[in-house]
Amino acid sequence: MIHIASRAVLAALFVTAATAAAPAFADDSTPSSGGGSVVDQGMAMFDDGKLLATGGVSDLEGAGGGGLATWALTTGYGTRDGVGLDGHFTYIALPDYSLWTEGVAVGLWDRVELSYAHLTFDTEKVGATLGLGKDFEFDQDVVGAKVKIVGDAVYDQDSWIPQVAVGAQYKSTDHVDILHAVGAKSGDGTDFYIAATKLFLAESLLVDVTLRETKANQFGILGFGGDKNDSYSTEFEGSAAYLFSRDFAVGGEVRTKPDNLGIAREDDAWDVFAAYFINKHVSVTLAYLDLGNIVIKDNQQGAYLSLQVGL
Amino acid sequence: MLRKLALAATAALTISTSLALADDPLFHDLGGRDGIATIVDDATSNFLADPRIKATFDNTNMDRFKTNLTDQLCVVAGGPCVYKGQSMHDAHKGLHLTNADFNALVEDLQAGMEKAGVSFATQNRLLARLAPMHRDVVTK
Repeated sequence: MIHIASRAVLAALFVTAATAAAPAFADDSTPSSGGGSVVDQGMAMFDDGKLLATGGVSDLEGAGGGGLATWALTTGYGTRDGVGLDGHFTYIALPDYSLWTEGVAVGLWDRVELSYAHLTFDTEKVGATLGLGKDFEFDQDVVGAKVKIVGDAVYDQDSWIPQVAVGAQYKSTDHVDILHAVGAKSGDGTDFYIAATKLFLAESLLVDVTLRETKANQFGILGFGGDKNDSYSTEFEGSAAYLFSRDFAVGGEVRTKPDNLGIAREDDAWDVFAAYFINKHVSVTLAYLDLGNIVIKDNQQGAYLSLQVGL
Repeated sequence: MLRKLALAATAALTISTSLALADDPLFHDLGGRDGIATIVDDATSNFLADPRIKATFDNTNMDRFKTNLTDQLCVVAGGPCVYKGQSMHDAHKGLHLTNADFNALVEDLQAGMEKAGVSFATQNRLLARLAPMHRDVVTK
């Protein structure tokens, strides 16, 4: 509960800062022909020049994407001449667990993305049942890097070639002793992925397909590798989103996951979502998410609420 | 003989024109050439009021610009028009336009289509055909 209150305050502060800063940045986004001060030029880096929604939102692991899937799009609204910076707060309420993620990401020249996210997984009553204590939490840090290698999802409308990016995410989870006890081989691991994203503009449809090499159990919250399997497996992420208007999109996603632990079956995940882009500084995503079985609890379906704020 | 050829050419042109009309619902969905002219009128007002890109038009004859843009969008939408302006590459060289400038213009055009009552899906059908021009327009 304290978490929710403090994070809500933090989120409110972030939104206020972003919206207050927005007009200043907008004024500086005119083509820089007249030089200007160092500060002006620094501000102009945030050129805010991409079209609304074309930065995507922030996924669970802090990268630019949908909610479950990581996309090839570079986060934020910086063009190839600029920089975009955003932060996100995401809360997932499941029947028996809850998950918070918050993070920051920067998009450089619409090509490189660097991200950090912190995930907090609350075991709620299950923690007590398992003898860990009620509301026992697992914390995970995710550091990600992504680089676009070919294509442009938005402009290359006369070509079938999607925007393709490759990336890596280093994840580290605490309570390694407990992770070992449930069968995980490690408390940290690195995912590698290749993502292909295409906006079929004439159809108002955005499609993403991503392949991920990973050992992560439940996104890494339950460690990496396991007694059943300790090698990398290739997993699939896919998203499709229909754009109803410039600021509103509805879609669905699937994400397959490894099944490495003997103590519990791990299911694939899916969601249906609606994203509302209030402007280039604030967007809200609501989803209905199904993570399947998590340890001793089946049918972990619930609400996903995410706020993204950026410069 | 020459007369016959001319007649055949006229007939072929008429047929291809009407084919274009019949084949391309986008031209109709934009309201024909008149609809496109209205959109261009409004979009152009937006360009000139937009601090991000208005300076780009400092040395532009706006009446000719509007006629050319209307014809060009008409052709792109599959309508029976002839674009008499410069190629996109020639028209924009030396302007040093950025990606952000291009997108600002897109946003202003979207606003113009919005005001003309063009549905979002139809707007996107037109923008999909214009998007590849990005390569000739953005030179910076």
